[in-house]
Amino acid sequence: MIKNPITQLKDCFGTGEPWVWLSAAAVSLSLMMVFGLLSLIAYNGLGYFWPADLMEAELLNGDKKTVIMGEIRETETVPAQQLREAGIQLTKEEQWLKRILLKQGNRDIYGLDFRWILEKNIANKHYPKDLLVIERKEWGKLYGRLTGIKENGQFIKTETLYQEMQSRLKQVHQLQKKVNELLKQQLGPINTRLETLRLYEKKIQFDTSKLSETLSNIEEQRQLLNQKFSQYQAEVQQLYKIMASDSILIQIASGQIIEVSMENIVQVIKPNSMNILEKLGHYIHQIWLFISDDPREANTEGGIFPAIFGTVLMVIIMSILVMPLGVITAVYLHEYASQGIMVRIIRIAVNNLAGVPSIVYGIFGLGFFVYFIGGSIDDLFYPEASPAPVYGTPGLLWASMTLALLTLPVVIVTTEEGLSRIPGAIREGSLALGATKIETLWHTVLPMVSPAMMTGLILAVARAAGEVAPLMLVGVVKLAPALALDGDYPYLHLERKFMHLGFHIYDVGFQSPNVEAARPLVYATALLLVFVIIVLNLTAIIIRNRMREKYKELEPH
Amino acid sequence: MKQTSTNIQPDSSDLLPDEKSGKVRCWKLTSWKTRVFKDKLAQYSITLGGNSVIVAIVLIFFYLIYEALPLLNGAEIEKIAEYSIDSRLSIGKSYYTIEEQGEIAAKFDHSGQISFFDTPTGRIKKKFQISIPQGEQISSFYASDAEDRGIVYGLSNGSLVVARHEYLISFPGNKRLITPQITFPMGEKPLKIDPSGQALIKVAFEQNKDEATIIALTQDKRLLMSRFVKDSPLYDNEISSKRFDFEIPLNLHQPDKGIQQLLLSKDQRRLFVFYQDISGRSMVDFFLIERFLIEKLLNKKSLIDDSPAKLTQQVVLAEASNPVTYVSFLTGGISILVGQDSGRISQWFPVNLEDIGYQLKFVREFNNQQAAIIQIVPEMQRKGFIALDKQGVMGLYHSTAEKTLLIQQVSTTQGTQLALAPRANFLLTLDAQDKAMFWSVSNEYPEISWHSLWQKVWYESHPQAEYTWQSSSASSDFEPKFSLTPLAFGTFKAAFYAMLFAIPIAIMGAVYTAYFMTPAARGIVKPSIEIMEALPTVILGFLAGLWLAPLVEDNLPAVFSLVFVLPVSILLFALLWQLLPEKIRQAIPEGWEGFILIPFLVLMIWISFALSLPIEAAFFDGDMQSWLNNKLGLGFNQRNSIVIGIAMGFAVIPTIFSITEDAVFNVPKHLTLGSLALGATRWQTLIRVVILTASPAIFSAVMIGFGRAIGETMIVLMATGNTPIMDFSFLQGMRTLSANIAIEVPESEVGSSHYRILFLAALMLFVFTFLFNTVAELIRQNLRKKYSQL
Repeated sequence: MIKNPITQLKDCFGTGEPWVWLSAAAVSLSLMMVFGLLSLIAYNGLGYFWPADLMEAELLNGDKKTVIMGEIRETETVPAQQLREAGIQLTKEEQWLKRILLKQGNRDIYGLDFRWILEKNIANKHYPKDLLVIERKEWGKLYGRLTGIKENGQFIKTETLYQEMQSRLKQVHQLQKKVNELLKQQLGPINTRLETLRLYEKKIQFDTSKLSETLSNIEEQRQLLNQKFSQYQAEVQQLYKIMASDSILIQIASGQIIEVSMENIVQVIKPNSMNILEKLGHYIHQIWLFISDDPREANTEGGIFPAIFGTVLMVIIMSILVMPLGVITAVYLHEYASQGIMVRIIRIAVNNLAGVPSIVYGIFGLGFFVYFIGGSIDDLFYPEASPAPVYGTPGLLWASMTLALLTLPVVIVTTEEGLSRIPGAIREGSLALGATKIETLWHTVLPMVSPAMMTGLILAVARAAGEVAPLMLVGVVKLAPALALDGDYPYLHLERKFMHLGFHIYDVGFQSPNVEAARPLVYATALLLVFVIIVLNLTAIIIRNRMREKYKELEPH
Repeated sequence: MKQTSTNIQPDSSDLLPDEKSGKVRCWKLTSWKTRVFKDKLAQYSITLGGNSVIVAIVLIFFYLIYEALPLLNGAEIEKIAEYSIDSRLSIGKSYYTIEEQGEIAAKFDHSGQISFFDTPTGRIKKKFQISIPQGEQISSFYASDAEDRGIVYGLSNGSLVVARHEYLISFPGNKRLITPQITFPMGEKPLKIDPSGQALIKVAFEQNKDEATIIALTQDKRLLMSRFVKDSPLYDNEISSKRFDFEIPLNLHQPDKGIQQLLLSKDQRRLFVFYQDISGRSMVDFFLIERFLIEKLLNKKSLIDDSPAKLTQQVVLAEASNPVTYVSFLTGGISILVGQDSGRISQWFPVNLEDIGYQLKFVREFNNQQAAIIQIVPEMQRKGFIALDKQGVMGLYHSTAEKTLLIQQVSTTQGTQLALAPRANFLLTLDAQDKAMFWSVSNEYPEISWHSLWQKVWYESHPQAEYTWQSSSASSDFEPKFSLTPLAFGTFKAAFYAMLFAIPIAIMGAVYTAYFMTPAARGIVKPSIEIMEALPTVILGFLAGLWLAPLVEDNLPAVFSLVFVLPVSILLFALLWQLLPEKIRQAIPEGWEGFILIPFLVLMIWISFALSLPIEAAFFDGDMQSWLNNKLGLGFNQRNSIVIGIAMGFAVIPTIFSITEDAVFNVPKHLTLGSLALGATRWQTLIRVVILTASPAIFSAVMIGFGRAIGETMIVLMATGNTPIMDFSFLQGMRTLSANIAIEVPESEVGSSHYRILFLAALMLFVFTFLFNTVAELIRQNLRKKYSQL
């Protein structure tokens, strides 16, 4: 029997099948969004480190020809109309045009890192092997050819310019390392001690009994330190002088020759002459540098080590704070409190606190922890430091405490869920054998709940690592002058401000002056953050599922 | 556990082999007493710990209230001291001021004597006498802007003296010492204003670092103006300034008793002349004074014909039945405050209207005093003021907040005068017999009222009342605009668009996952959604702001067409699927539809984007943004509600999804099986049975999702333009309460009104989300109970 198509259509809608498909599409859309987003970040983040080929070509501008150099970042098609409106002369027939986004580098000379170029204006595109990418400490990358090396203004005569440059660069970097060591291990501590002295001097002003004696003592110490300080400083100056003596001459696209001091160079590569293995090696090296280096150029270049360090340290301190509190509360709610209306209310309240906006915790942390508690600590213990605040200003401790409060509900809820999965028979068995309640808890119940506590901890850590809004108020900064953990007594500086991966993304992506150039770095940072958080969450999911399976068997059937 | 020595049994009693070493491990049993003690100890410490954590959590709520609550505090004054300052009686009314710290007050009387005295005791610290030429008298008196501290004495011979009271602060022996002194910025010798030597019966004076203006009314009713312009900034003294004289033509509307008062604004651009007309109505002539160009002035011949002050408007301030008794500027010199016989005080300011130019507008009034207003003193740093009436009742007001903070009797004698300290923390009342009372004023948050936070407010110089959030500015004359309405509006707008995007996808997806999907497929979808939930919002915000927003901007037609193309094409796809031969259809098991659709959806999205530019070229003149703007009047902003809807929708989807999925999945199986057995299709069962049963949970899922969208910070911070505007258009951005807190708290001064308002905003967010979540949670708990009963 052949059905009329319209009846068929009606039947079809009558069964609701199309609507099933529509709702299936909602799932597909969600999945596409999640994985699309992850791959977008991965693509942009991982591509950042790949040594792209350097193109050289001629740009026709009317009759004039200029040489351009750079990495092709993007190619897109635009309607000719749009270009005409922008004031570009085009013939009438042209409807669609291809244009490329060229990273031309040399920001100090051209002013802009990026440039749109119409593809039809480009001729003689080629990739010469001798082009260099010079990564500098300032002004970003420089593209060009090596034409000479100078030492103290004198040309060095050598056959193998490139090798000579690399070996000299290595020496400069070694000197740099030495300088850094001097700064960190000698000058830094001296500075800290001078500051301690200053504060001590201010402190004893309050107590006038033994003033004169100690004052002279302090002065003596100070002179000693100052002497040492200038001695090391001279040494550092000397090293700087040596480092500054070497420079290289680079011919850029326009033919202009530019002198770059060696001390300003991070690294030099020849991407066009690298084979795939070398590129891969360089790629991995770049990733390593990204993870282990300090940021440069207002965070838009270099690595993100301080941000990683700050995030991890903050999360660790937070975990130390939140775990005992969370577990004790969960145990109290589930094992000790009498299960009445009150506990039910508390449970709902704790549950809902997880839904309270994080910025509310942030403002609470700022008002209560920083200004109230921190301010009181300063008044009581650090009167000599005033008016500069010690604890009365956002810092690591307050950030950790705020996030501990924020993640407390997560730990409480997960741990309690774990406790409620333990069959009553196990507790009763233990109690029946004569164990006290705490013994039952300590030896029987809590070990069984440990996976739940672990899940809680992981979820809390994942949440804390990704949270930014409250941190902006209670301790995260764009650029922290020093890590919160170092060799100076008392080693862990809880009052210091710190850097954070999430805030780094916000700051570089939205507050930096050169967003376009910094964007790949933001993607790379985002990738790292997402990776950490996904790994943490997947671990939590796996632990939780295992635990569910395990306790299903224990439950009475 | 720590071991104790009191064993009840010997060591060997309980021997267990240690798994690792194989050795025998001994369990020492401690005494019962110790164990009970430990148990009790644990019980108490856990109870204590648990309770204190709960208290700490509750503390958040109370701390927010504690920070926001002082906003409700009214004003209070408290008498600190009462004394008589001077035995010599003053001639006429005196003028009093207090210096910044509130330690010293000054009295300026009509004989030219200036006395500085300690405010707590009334002890005279210093006296000065303005030198007046023999035989002349002080005929008028004017106090310029409080910040400038200028005092002008108009003399009976047509000249005047400008004095300035200054306070030097030094710290001898680490104690603050304030030394008052008098300086003469225009010279100590009287300055001739009227060449004909008529007495100056009214004067007005203002100065800043570049210029000074004197306005004087002579006995024979000529209004004179003298302007001093610095021609060389190198020499900072009066000698280097040039003087220009004018006569302002007076054209009073049926004048009667003469001019009551002159007011010159702080910026020397506006002059107000107050008088009564023949019928007794109180009038004001409002003059605008042109900006001074020294070159133009130097070329001038006749200065009388070309007065820079132009009469702009004549306004009736009050009818004859209730005449004006006192006028004063509000701080900043923009608004004038008009006190009347009945105790009514009204605020007026000039508004620059299109086509018409400046017009003096009546803005608001205060009707809380019962007797004629005899003095109005503006606060120096805020838009508040104090008014005193004939019966000695003082009113403390704030103009922007339209708030009467305090009405209190401060004096019972006639002729009382008021002085207010610059920080508005001290008040001095003095009666005609120089009996003084010194008051401390606590009035920390006058600018906050229900009206100023939530209703339309007519701010100074604005053409009409509006909702504005503009919390800070460089100038101290700035009127803070604390309307939370645009922020709350932005919050709800952002949440609305997020929900618009999230609800269909999340609920349909969840229902499908729970009801149709095979366990294997669910095993993929559910963790993916959990990952989605865990993604840091800073990353979503970053992508929304830097990737999605430009993408949407460049491909507007694609974005709009997707809204229609996607559902329609999926339905078509489903129909076509039904028409496919059975064999192909059965190759794909039921429950995997979601995965089959992915390539199709990718294709559709790709097609939409590929067609975006041609569509734009064909239908929207090649530029959809300008088309929308020109044809529909919709302004386009790159950081708009579409972007927010998608980005925040992304953040909200997993929340709604998880809860809905959970509820649908847990609908008792016998309900659905029954329905299916009775012949309903799986879709019919879903709609009529499953969703109906789970609907409370779905509702609570939406509520929780909404709560999350309300409080989300990073996404809105990064993907909206953060402009606090009230615009319903989906092509415009917004500023939300949460983003506002994140932006402004670090810069706000601790304890200030601004700081407390931000806490109030946080409290609102807290209460709102907390209520929403609680209601949602209760609904879910009830449903769970219902399920278990079924």
